[in-house]
Order: sequence, then structure tokens, then C-alpha cells
Amino acid sequence: MANNQEVLVDIKNLKQHFGRGDHKVKAVDGLNFHIYRGETFGLVGESGCGKSTTGRTIIRLYDATDGEVIFDGENVHGKKSKADLKKFNRKMQMIFQDPYASLNPRMTVSDIIAEGIDIHGLSKDKKERKERVVELLETVGLNREHANRYPHEFSGGQRQRIGIARALAVDPDFIIADEPISALDVSIQAQVVNLLKELQEEKNLTYLFIAHDLSMVKYISDRIGVMYFGKLVEVASSEDLYRNAFHPYTKSLMSAIPHPDPDYERNRKRVTYDVEEHRREMDGEEPEWREVSPGHWVSCTKKEYEAYQQQLQTQ
Amino acid sequence: MENILEVNDLKVSFNTFAGEVQAVRGVNFHVKKGETLAIVGESGSGKSVTTQSIMRLIPMPPGEIKGGEILFEGTDLAQKSDKQMEKVRGKDIAMIFQDPMTSLNPTMKIGRQIMESMIKHRKIAKTDAKKRAIELLDLVGIPKPEQRVDQYPHEFSGGMRQRAMIAVALASDPKLLIADEPTTALDVTIQAQILELLKDIQKKTNTSIIFITHDLGVVANVADRVAVMYGGKIVETGSVDEVFYNPQHPYTWGLLASMPSLDAEEGELQAIPGSPPDLTNPPKGDAFAARNSYAMKVDFEMEPPMFKVSDTHYAATWLLHEDAPKVEPPAVVQKRIEHFKEKAGER
Repeated sequence: MANNQEVLVDIKNLKQHFGRGDHKVKAVDGLNFHIYRGETFGLVGESGCGKSTTGRTIIRLYDATDGEVIFDGENVHGKKSKADLKKFNRKMQMIFQDPYASLNPRMTVSDIIAEGIDIHGLSKDKKERKERVVELLETVGLNREHANRYPHEFSGGQRQRIGIARALAVDPDFIIADEPISALDVSIQAQVVNLLKELQEEKNLTYLFIAHDLSMVKYISDRIGVMYFGKLVEVASSEDLYRNAFHPYTKSLMSAIPHPDPDYERNRKRVTYDVEEHRREMDGEEPEWREVSPGHWVSCTKKEYEAYQQQLQTQ
Repeated sequence: MENILEVNDLKVSFNTFAGEVQAVRGVNFHVKKGETLAIVGESGSGKSVTTQSIMRLIPMPPGEIKGGEILFEGTDLAQKSDKQMEKVRGKDIAMIFQDPMTSLNPTMKIGRQIMESMIKHRKIAKTDAKKRAIELLDLVGIPKPEQRVDQYPHEFSGGMRQRAMIAVALASDPKLLIADEPTTALDVTIQAQILELLKDIQKKTNTSIIFITHDLGVVANVADRVAVMYGGKIVETGSVDEVFYNPQHPYTWGLLASMPSLDAEEGELQAIPGSPPDLTNPPKGDAFAARNSYAMKVDFEMEPPMFKVSDTHYAATWLLHEDAPKVEPPAVVQKRIEHFKEKAGER
């Protein structure tokens, strides 16, 4: 993790509601977290918990219902001129889940990668543009021959590399990776994750890594946030979250991950999470965001907070 | 225990414009009564084609069973006519698919879909069939089955739909259940529930299960025995402990080393370089040789036979040949092997 701990992205009370009236869906409902420069922040949760919506709202694919996203000192969702937005777009890029749906099948790989370069006018002439594309292809482990081909000629893993090259083309500071590996085979997943890690070191990139596969998230992330029904329930360093998960939902999520270890699986004790029961235990008290140990935040009631503290001391 | 299914030297090809794709290239395995065999492999390894051939769900043409036999309780399914297969499908052998949304009929009530095979195969009266359908929904853990039985698939959540599909599959008391990535589309907590459910049902009904997946964690959870497929062949097979704690094939090593483990210290993940082979033109020797850092000259020239490791454990790699040099598997695999030796010592 970056030692200087400079906050690059600060998310304050972010809300994203869809629909209105009775049909209102509170996909993201009051998120608060920050991402340090140079770190990987993992966002996990089950389908429908709002993790992808969070990513898409941060990069302003959706306009936020309420709240702020402060990127490098500026509010992304404030009033912005086209020129300002363009400047901001260069700094923040996205890698998508489905490598089949996220590349335009009618464009050559070189045009896909260079689209950002063209929009932002980052190359002087055709020759420089071509050189830049080749350089990017090589960075992600492809080569110059691939430039003039079309997406259908590539495998899933290769397509995801093209998606990464496209994101890198405009020299961003911050990349949102929304389930970038879940559509790939196990042996290819590791290739892509290693590539993302290498690029991060080389270019001092900051990642928001959205996924449901907790073991991969734990591997790549410095800190992890766990989401449940549009809200964060726990944020901690990945080591800490794995060893000392406090929130009952986090515990249930952890206990459900299958390990490639038959002995572990035979003795597995699954913890289940019952929202209704948890609510009753809270006794009408609204849970608040509390710091249980340095850097380890849990959404809990005062009573739970005290219990967690005790739990920490007895360890 | 007797074998309920025996697949011998099965070869399946697809004729495409690009030429013949040899999707399955000589596969041998068996399933015993009441056990779970997991078939693991990447996309394109031939795992789904193998099981779809057992059910004879391969569209022919372009597909073709080129050779081999599929012995189900002694009779060869590969030789049966489509008409004869209808009596096997959904009765003796049933299947659970990956995506419950596309494999359940959206215009039919759940109850009717469960009753369908009972009425067809078991000639049960409608009222009895409905009673049984409610029992089955209850068995797979769907609350208020009396109401649910008259609902449509869209009224069910993803996990509930998968449960309903399992109920459909169980309706005619199949002897063999084929589950093709049944939990891949589900969240981990729902996945854990479905896996528990399948194991529970197996205990109660003594059904044999073939479980297809690419997730080694799921395999470790459900399997009694494992077959690892690569490039249309089984490269290693053994009991779940043998394959996870004493793996022999470099591809199995690669799979185990490319997964991050939750409790291990960080280090670079050992990715398997390259991508799977093109089966229109399968490689001459070991299909994995091109991606294998342990490959020897012979791997590129001759196909390795299945070497015996134990009575239940076989692997197709030249590394097991007596003349092969001793190699060091990746560190994470060595740790597993040490664990295996310790376990053997305890016994």
C-alpha cells in the first residue's frame, strides 16, 4: 500500500436510487468510503447488493441521486463543463466484466484501443498513434500483429487484455474494474490478475476492484469493503477482514466460500445470516458506522460495538 | 460397489466449416452407485460435451459420436435410437443445468414441470403427481410448497429456481443425476445451500451424481472422486484426496497453483501461460505440453498413457514414467503433497 496515504477518491454519502414512488429501488444508499492513491480497494457483495452500481456511479455513468464523489479534490458529480468532464474522464477509466459485450465487434483492436487517444488528442499524427497502440498491446501481453484484427478473433482472456489496454491508453490514475475476471477460466484469471498487479506497480495506478469472488479479492486488494443491500457493512484491510470479520453478514459470506481443500470442506461450518433476526437483536437502534480497531469499520449498534471490542481484547 | 455408468474410449466430434473439432478424444471413466464424480476442466476441455453425449443431447449433425461406448447399467446408450433414449432421459438419468432461467419453461407452472416426467415415465395419476410435486418442493427446501407449486418460474428467485430445477430432475427418481455447473450462476451463499442440498438428497436417495464444474473449491466440497479434463481428454483421475493432496499431472499442479488461497501468504499467482489447444487440429503429444514448463521432448511427440499411481489414482503424464527425471512441483503443490504423506502416516 502507498505509505503517504493520500486520499485519491473520497465517497461521501453516495446514493443511487432508481425509479420512483412504490417502485423505487435504493441500489446504493448512503455509502461512505475513501480510496488511497496507489492502493487496491476491493468491493464485494452478492448480486443485487449495489456494488456495480457504485462503480458506475463513481465514474458518472449514472448521475448520483445524492452525495459526492471527490476525485483528486474535485467533486465528480458537481456542475461541470464539457471540457472539465473530458479532463476528468481521462483520469478515471473502467474495465468491464464481459469481454464479449464490452468491445465493439465492428471496430479493429487498434481503433478500440485508440478511441480514447483520438478523443483526447493524445497523439500528434497517425504514426505516433500506431506506435502508442503497439506499445499498449505489448504492455498487456499481446503484440503488433493483433492491432488490425477484430474482437471475435480473440479468446476471453485476450479480450480482457484488450479492455485493459483501452483503459490504459489515456494514462489514467484510477481504474474501476467491475468483475474483470469472473467470465474467465481459472488458469486465465491468474494471468489477468498478475497483469493488473504489475501495471499497478509500474504506473502507480489506483484500483477499485469489484467482485464477488472473495478469495481473488483478498489476494489483489489492500482494503476491502463488504456491501449488503446498498450499504457498506464492513471495511477493513484484507488481512484484518479475513482474520477478524465482525459483521454477521461478512462472516456468513466468508464461511460460504468453497476452498480447494477437501479436509477444510469436510469440516466446514457454515454461518447463515438472517437479516430479520439481526434487526430484532438491534432492538430498534439504527446501526452506525463505527471504527472497531484502527482502520476497521463496521456498521453496528452501540451494544454490538462493545461486544466486538471485547472480542478483540480476548484474542 | 457396482458401476452404474461406464464410459469407454468415448470420442465425440463436431463437423464445422473450419473442419472437424475433436471435442472429446477418447475418454474413460466410471461412476459407482451413490457416489459423486466431479469432472473439472476449463471451457473447451470437453467436460460438457462428454456429459451431453451420455444424455445424447448433442445435436447430430454437426455432432457425432465417433467411437466408444457409454454403458449405463450394462447397456450401451451410444447405440440407442432417439426413441429409446426418450425412455432413459428424465427417468433413469436426469440433468440439472447451469442457468435455471433458460432451462425452466417460463410459460408453465413449476408444479406441472415437475409432474411432467412423473406422468410420462411413471404413469402416475395427476392428483398423486401433484402431491408428490409438493413433497419434492419441500424436499429441496422451498417454503410454502402448496402455494409455490402453482407459480411460474419468474416468481422464483435465482436460488429458488435452481432448487425447483433440482426438484424437476428428481421427479422420476433418477439413478444418475448430471449437474452441469449447477451453481456457477449463483451467489456464494446460495451456492453453499445448493451444494448442501445436493449432498443431503444423495444421502437420502443414494443417487449417483456427475458434477461438472471449473471451480476447484466446489469440487473439494462435493466430490468423492475427481476427473480432470484438458483438451478433450482426462489427464488425471483419483479420489478427491489423491487429486487435491497428491496431484501428479502438471496441469493439475497449474490449476491448484493459479488459485489464491485465503490463508496463504501473498506471492505472485502462478498463472498457466498461453491458452487451451485448438481441437480442430489437436497437438500430437500431450495436449498440455505447449503450456507446460515441465514438458520434455517426448511430451511433444508421443501421447502419454495413463500411469497408475494407486488403485484409484491415474495420471497421463510422462513424468510418471520410470525413466523420467525427478522434478519439483510448484511450492504450493509440494505443501499439499506433504499433507498427503502426513495423512497417510496417520492411517
